[in-house]
Amino acid sequence: MDQANQTPAVDKEGRTYWKANIRLIAWSLAIWALVSFGFGILLRPLLKGIEIGGTDLGFWFAQQGSILVFLALIFFYAWRMNKLDRFYGVDEE
Amino acid sequence: MDQFTLNLLFVGASFALYIGIAVWARAGSTAEFYAAGRGVHPVTNGMATAADWMSAASFISMAGLIAFTGFDNSSFLMGWTGGYVLLALLLAPYLRKFGKFTVSEFIGDRFYSPTARLVAVICLLVASITYVIGQMQGVGIAFGRFLEVDAFWGLLIGACVVFAYAVFGGMKGVTYTQVAQYCVLITAYTIPAIFISLQLTGTPIPALGLFSEYTPGGEPSGVYLLTKLDQIVTDLGFASYTEAHRDNLNMVLFTLSLMIGTAGLPHVIMRFFTVPRVSDARWSAGWTLVFIALLYLTAPAVGAMARLNISEMMWPNGTEGAAVSVETIETDPRYNWMLTWQKTGLLDWEDKNGDGLIQYYNDGSEALAARAAENGWEGNELTNFNRDILVLANPEIANLPGWVIGLVAAGGLAAALSTAAGLLLAISSAVSHDLVKGAIAPGISEKGELLAARISMAAAIVVAVILGLNPPGFAAQTVALAFGLAAASIFPALMMGIFSKRVNNVGAVSGMMAGLLFTLIYIFLHKGWFFIPGTNSFADTVDGSLLGIQSTAIGAIGALLNFAVAFGVSSMTAETPQEIKDLVESVRTPRGAGAAAADH
Repeated sequence: MDQANQTPAVDKEGRTYWKANIRLIAWSLAIWALVSFGFGILLRPLLKGIEIGGTDLGFWFAQQGSILVFLALIFFYAWRMNKLDRFYGVDEE
Repeated sequence: MDQFTLNLLFVGASFALYIGIAVWARAGSTAEFYAAGRGVHPVTNGMATAADWMSAASFISMAGLIAFTGFDNSSFLMGWTGGYVLLALLLAPYLRKFGKFTVSEFIGDRFYSPTARLVAVICLLVASITYVIGQMQGVGIAFGRFLEVDAFWGLLIGACVVFAYAVFGGMKGVTYTQVAQYCVLITAYTIPAIFISLQLTGTPIPALGLFSEYTPGGEPSGVYLLTKLDQIVTDLGFASYTEAHRDNLNMVLFTLSLMIGTAGLPHVIMRFFTVPRVSDARWSAGWTLVFIALLYLTAPAVGAMARLNISEMMWPNGTEGAAVSVETIETDPRYNWMLTWQKTGLLDWEDKNGDGLIQYYNDGSEALAARAAENGWEGNELTNFNRDILVLANPEIANLPGWVIGLVAAGGLAAALSTAAGLLLAISSAVSHDLVKGAIAPGISEKGELLAARISMAAAIVVAVILGLNPPGFAAQTVALAFGLAAASIFPALMMGIFSKRVNNVGAVSGMMAGLLFTLIYIFLHKGWFFIPGTNSFADTVDGSLLGIQSTAIGAIGALLNFAVAFGVSSMTAETPQEIKDLVESVRTPRGAGAAAADH
């Protein structure tokens, strides 16, 4: 490990950076769980009324929709975090 | 040219391509062997990781399991993609910042304990060996069909090829070979799907075709493909395709196990250690999922369409008419695939009532009992249809041109071989580097280490073949067990190592041990000790199981147990030292990442 040019470990800025990251992760995982465990499995009966191609929306979320949302989440997180890195000055130059 | 020669040609050409690229790429960069991913663009790295990750389970087995169960097996789709969200958000960037090459090194350093490293290695070995069993099943089926021999011989021949492939070794480390494998694999998967989607719905994109109108022979039918499929399968007494039949608890836990397991698999995590920068580790996970999603969005369409095609072939006059005759199966060229697959022992039929017809229906269904009695049916006559043959047989079932069938054979082998060989390499380096050199005999010579690697590789493949002869389930189900083991042992340790400063050496070791042992014993109680049939104490069904949870879903509970034990034990034992807290802080900030350092 190369820790020579490390910013001090627990400075105030570092803590806000980590808090912002945790908040972002929490929101993203909430959406992650909602589309898969929620729409795809547990909440499927609630979506029964919305028809799509011979079945209901829950079936689509379980077989395709959740995958598309997962993709969007990862790219959104990467984009947002790389911005946060620069904002708090912790990016790799 | 007959089909056999055509298959040989496609498989031969694809192998020549991989070897060619391996030789070409190696010549210039022998020194970069260990750091194959460094300096590689995130898109390229994503493609290579996707090839690494998508194995016999994804390519050969998964669509078949979806085809015969429908909605209930959506867990495979959500589980094996949703894990990448966990990987991208919770592990990849931090492990990249840590800057070593193996998962066990991180656990050993973060929990400042050689014991933790050793336990991590054992967890990796247990999960990887189970994973290899599933891969060998796929290899056996692909070789059995492709050489037109019994699946048993397919497995033995396949094992020899995998061993040679893994010993040749370097191919694995070369990113561009994997890029080529990905291209072969995805083409082989999507081309037949496009053909079939056009035949059945007129839509060239299979993922959209699944939700389109059913238009056989280009004629509009006025019903959706899924409505038609639901109607046919229920007519034959099977459970409907789109409805849920599994209890929610097991479905949620099974999906969660696959997700957490994905994020805990060492050979996938390792790919993110070597991208150039922390921000690239984040992007790279996204690109990997893009390339995986191309197959995973197509898979449910492949499953549904194949189920429809098979049902229609067995009932050419509609489900109310007469079933297909034995004579038709034996003479009509459209049914040739049934004869070739019969040779592998994975497909079979029997005219039980001697009426010259093969009735395919659910003989356990009460709704059909009256019709069966009236017509003198004496049980389902399509006596054996192994789920794992579906994807490989799919182009033949749909009567597609010979070159498509050859292409699918090449794709199936690419998927199974690349992952099987990769896992063998991971097992051998874990044994020789982490176990022998790291713990048992630190003074071992380089030659001795290499010998240990070869021996462990051979031992792993022998174990996988023996257990693969009586597998605990279809290929994807066996692989799902491996994911459960990885979920219960590795993922929680990695996540706590990054997100908690409080979890200490004793806590992590007890957590991993509790998670692994609980999950492994639970699986053995339901699948038989060491997967030996007949040695199980409980039936692997929801009602028959110990806790009302099936063995494929237990990994999620194992992971929760791991977290709980680790936090509990840590709170009762000594505080983590200051330098470990600093290490965690440094892992959390991207600045100062530098290049990944090899201490090999």
